[in-house]
Amino acid sequence: MTEQHAIEMVVNGVTYARKVEARLLLVDFLRDTLGLTGTHIGCEHGVCGACTVIVNGASARSCLCFAVQADGAVIETVEGLGSVDDLDPVQQAFRVHHALQCGFCTPGMLMTTIDLLRKCPSATDDDIRNGLSGNLCRCTGYDNIVRAVRAMAGERRE
Amino acid sequence: MIPQQPNVRVRILGIQWTRVCREMKPPPFKYIAAGSIEDATSALADNGGDAKVLAGGQSLVPMLNFRLLAPAVLVDINRVPGLDVVEENADGLAVGALARHHQLQTSPPVGARYPVLAAAIGHVGHLAIRNRGTIGGSLAHADPAAELPLIARLLDAEIVVIGAAGPRIIAARDFFLGAHTTALEADEIITRIDLPALPPGTGWGFEEVTRRAGDFALVAVAATVSMADGQVTQARIALAGVGESPARASAAESVLSGQALEDDAIDAASQSARDAVRPSTDLHASADYRRHLVGVLTGRVLNAAWRRTVREAS
Repeated sequence: MTEQHAIEMVVNGVTYARKVEARLLLVDFLRDTLGLTGTHIGCEHGVCGACTVIVNGASARSCLCFAVQADGAVIETVEGLGSVDDLDPVQQAFRVHHALQCGFCTPGMLMTTIDLLRKCPSATDDDIRNGLSGNLCRCTGYDNIVRAVRAMAGERRE
Repeated sequence: MIPQQPNVRVRILGIQWTRVCREMKPPPFKYIAAGSIEDATSALADNGGDAKVLAGGQSLVPMLNFRLLAPAVLVDINRVPGLDVVEENADGLAVGALARHHQLQTSPPVGARYPVLAAAIGHVGHLAIRNRGTIGGSLAHADPAAELPLIARLLDAEIVVIGAAGPRIIAARDFFLGAHTTALEADEIITRIDLPALPPGTGWGFEEVTRRAGDFALVAVAATVSMADGQVTQARIALAGVGESPARASAAESVLSGQALEDDAIDAASQSARDAVRPSTDLHASADYRRHLVGVLTGRVLNAAWRRTVREAS
């Protein structure tokens, strides 16, 4: 039996304590151990951005971090945003601007957008395109995603 | 908790394949969370070369996921206190090895004193990568096309390392020995990167060409130019993506020395830089294209440095 490490972390405001093998990736911990399957797994080597979550206030690839490293961390995932009846403003902007089709990349896009707008509240189009450049979308052609984020940034500028 | 790896049998292109269905999961390892540098170096020493340092993990973890590496032990240094401190001093800037790219990119002393570093970091991966990736990790990983090793060569950084035998300082020119190969011993760890001060009014430029935003550079070029009385007192030009390690274009630097920084001198230096490189051809770009880029980008960074020098002087 491989060594198990006791970890505890706060995910979307809920504290979870579990035992994990050291090699368990944070994304697998979130999905398989906690059942929070909103965070998607795409490439598993840090290229596609689908698994982006927020760790201690900064966006991170959850496929490039071990669960054991997140011991004591505060994690935000897409489940911590709004619900179907009460969308988060970022989700609402994505909906209004048709910034998703199949939705696979959307959780990562949303979490990246949140980090981007926290760091750069009145992001310009260049900031937005640069900020989202690490998140791949194979449906939308990106323009509608940029539009959604631009609308968020524009609201904050006003 | 780790998913099983079942045998799967599928028919593809008319051929029956039986394979273990390998998910992209890292191989097992023993995890040691170091509480201090001493913890880390003794864990490295105890495991005789079969241990790796885990810092930001933005290069190491993909390599583990691909199973290109299977170290017995990972020594996590993320909880070592004080290892990410960035401090100005009389000699320049002392950057803790664990300083994250985003932290450095937005650090006021970096912006004020080493804007070329901040500009280069903007090209490292993507936002989420820059949030976690560290300067020490980037130098230790020593990718031939990476931005931070290039900047370490450009700025003549001194890399402070410590191992079982004690601390030592390695000049950047002696640190990078080849692709993903450095002068670090198996039990050594980078603790700090010292950046010597630049003369006031030093102009700078950074340019790279990639196929997609955030990719490793096909070619990256950085320069700093210091002037006095209208003449170049020191020109530094560093190149990445054209060899096993980042390198200085020393012939091109000599071309500029003592000259007024004008179109003719910049053209001559760009040609010299281009003629001196021997890049290889791979599936990303041909050697000829890389050589062409060296000439073009050297011209651009020198022009940018020139504009910035003039602006500082006026």
